[in-house]
Amino acid sequence: MSALAALGAVPARADGRARRLAMVASKGTLDGAYPALILAATAVSLGWEVGIFFTFYGLDIIHRKKHRKLKVPSLGNPAMPVPLPSLVGVLPGMTAVATWMMKRWMKRSRMLDVGQFLDIAREGGVRLFACSTTMGVMGVRAEDLVEGVDIAGATAFLDFAADADVSLFV
Amino acid sequence: MSERITQTRGAAAGAQAETSVADAELDCRGLLCPLPVYQASRAIDRLLPGQALRVVCTDPGSLADFPALARQRGLALLSAEERDGVQVFRLRKDGDG
Repeated sequence: MSALAALGAVPARADGRARRLAMVASKGTLDGAYPALILAATAVSLGWEVGIFFTFYGLDIIHRKKHRKLKVPSLGNPAMPVPLPSLVGVLPGMTAVATWMMKRWMKRSRMLDVGQFLDIAREGGVRLFACSTTMGVMGVRAEDLVEGVDIAGATAFLDFAADADVSLFV
Repeated sequence: MSERITQTRGAAAGAQAETSVADAELDCRGLLCPLPVYQASRAIDRLLPGQALRVVCTDPGSLADFPALARQRGLALLSAEERDGVQVFRLRKDGDG
């Protein structure tokens, strides 16, 4: 893919700086990863600066292996892809079924997978902040994460977010 | 900013006819948000100032998204029309885009 970094900055703000989106991605599920990554890809398309703070289970979205295996939870998810009573969600295998259905829908809609959206984010210069506290608590090492992430604490993220025009918690 | 929205092909049949007047074409039929805007954005990067891009979409959200893309990137939305579930946009890159 060509470098989206070549995108011209949008002088949409009075001070001439590009608009900025700061997001916290806190959920390590497929249905938690997509909204954050889609918003990031969109903001990059608009010429915005983007930073995402991956914290707690959201860190799985930038985990080298786990980002390929994110799941749609069947439990506590009345809107899950399988139209069955909530109680059935506790049955073994239901998460796998819900995940399989979501992935099938995505493929049928020609939607990109999580890895492809991460590629778009990196090519677009999105800053991927890996929460250092989460890494410490959960025993995640730098080499466990995808290329191009910044290991940082909440302070560095808030420093980035302080100049954001849009801030979202996903 | 010289924005001109052409609602119908018939109304634009004059000197500045909008049909197919574009320097680049992009087919986003079958794609959903954010892919039409993302691909259009990359195509716009490759345009020179003054050149126009024609995008064909089928995501109904694109009717709201492409005017927003034009506003955010400082592009001129030359036309936006929908017919039989197909949306066609023409965007012109005036400055750095």
